[in-house]
Amino acid sequence: MGKSLIYLDNNATTPADPRVVDAMIPYFYEMPGNAASRNHPAGWAAEEAVDYAREQLANLINADPREIIFTSGATESDNLALKGVFEMYARKGNHIITAKTEHKAVLDACQKIEKMGGEVTYLDVDREGRVRLDELEAAITDKTILVSIMWANNETGVIQPMKEIGDICAKHGVLFMSDATQAVGKIPVNPKEVGVHLMAWTSHKMYGPKGVGALFVNRKNPRVKVTAQMDGGGHERGMRSGTLNVPGIVGFGKAAEIAIKEMDEDAERLSKLRDKLEHALVSQLEEAYVNGSIEHRMPHVTNISFKHVEGEGLMMTFNQNIAVSSGSACTSASLEPSYVLVALGLGDDLAHSSIRFSLGRFTTEEEIDQTIDMLVNGVNHMRDLSPIWEMYKEGVDIDAIEWSAH
Amino acid sequence: MAYSEKLLDHFKNPRNVGTLDKGSENVGTGLVGAPECGDVMRLQIEVDPTTKQIKDAKFKTFGCGSAIASSSLATEWLKGKTVDEALAIDNMAIVEELALPPVKIHCSVLAEDAIKGAIADFQKKQK
Repeated sequence: MGKSLIYLDNNATTPADPRVVDAMIPYFYEMPGNAASRNHPAGWAAEEAVDYAREQLANLINADPREIIFTSGATESDNLALKGVFEMYARKGNHIITAKTEHKAVLDACQKIEKMGGEVTYLDVDREGRVRLDELEAAITDKTILVSIMWANNETGVIQPMKEIGDICAKHGVLFMSDATQAVGKIPVNPKEVGVHLMAWTSHKMYGPKGVGALFVNRKNPRVKVTAQMDGGGHERGMRSGTLNVPGIVGFGKAAEIAIKEMDEDAERLSKLRDKLEHALVSQLEEAYVNGSIEHRMPHVTNISFKHVEGEGLMMTFNQNIAVSSGSACTSASLEPSYVLVALGLGDDLAHSSIRFSLGRFTTEEEIDQTIDMLVNGVNHMRDLSPIWEMYKEGVDIDAIEWSAH
Repeated sequence: MAYSEKLLDHFKNPRNVGTLDKGSENVGTGLVGAPECGDVMRLQIEVDPTTKQIKDAKFKTFGCGSAIASSSLATEWLKGKTVDEALAIDNMAIVEELALPPVKIHCSVLAEDAIKGAIADFQKKQK
């Protein structure tokens, strides 16, 4: 990544913190052991490092180290939680409840579960992007074994009413799982406090290395178990076999330690920068709309639709200088716009016009100032090119036109 | 996904952006696509009614970089051609010229549709 690139795509992945990388390096060279080798010092050193990282991660989410299962990332953790619970609790029921705005790792795992004989309810969300509690409670049946609701959304940053959902699950004796990938390390996340029994997240969205993730599995009241989806040497108390990624885990642990110390300060600084960016764009540009809840939202994220401008085209005006992402169909092979934004009730046209800005620990105020200028210029340039912007300015009712869908 | 130099040039320096008088009987307007599909192309031609030669062409496009470049290129190609020559422009020629990736071929199809739409509109006015 060139120094000149302004990186505002931290919800896709974060750059590793240099302190994380420094902590990892010895585990490639001086201490290359396998944490499962119990008979020599190299193995002991690796095991000790993994144990220490497990404590660092447990401290971050206020859990017991024995409740942390290491995986390859959040996708694997989501799959292990969903499929593992589905298999383990088959005698209790086969029904899972989730939401339409979940990450693909959850939605696709749920679809697989349906093929395996499970039943899945996909809840709608309100205009703010939040699950409606009455609909959630009404969806619970005597066959329901699990509710899976993400902590914070990757596209909008919208935070779900976790405690309220946890209370409903507890009342009905249903397990509560959460993909907390976008929340852990950025805001306080305490699964036990809100009644979450299984929680997935990953290292590379909290300034750690890629290729390592975790699943929190509640140990007491209730004692939760998942059926392993990876068979082998019985690592991670039988729940996830495979040689542990020791340097990755060490880095993940270090990232957690840094997050405990710096999370509040980062969140405060980034929310100010995010607000500056958002206010500038919405005030300097007409027809710009913030998507999702403003009140219940991650501090470093804003998702804005610039009406009558197509997202990918807009990104091309500045993508040599700024990295962001769009809910436009043109960024995907499917030609369908973001299902998350559509679930919020946005029309397809506004979903096509959306840009997600996700700030991070290394974002500076100067970068935000440059971003504002480039965005304003880019949107104005694209609107000069846009026939529907011209029609809108002439007072033509765009929605009344019979378009030739293709 | 890296785009070709030609595509980027048309995107950054689009040719013939603008609006012709759609009420003029020598102007044909093609409006194709839909906002909910993520691209709308408006292509206009001004034709000499006796020689049937395209004197001017303008476009405005809501869409991705490939859609904008395809319509910009189309206006460049249209100028100076007769209506019959313009009808022979094939979307695959646009794909080749701009080296459009497979997922962007629909942008060239849209440009061809816009050309045909503009010509049909002009011919309708001449009757």
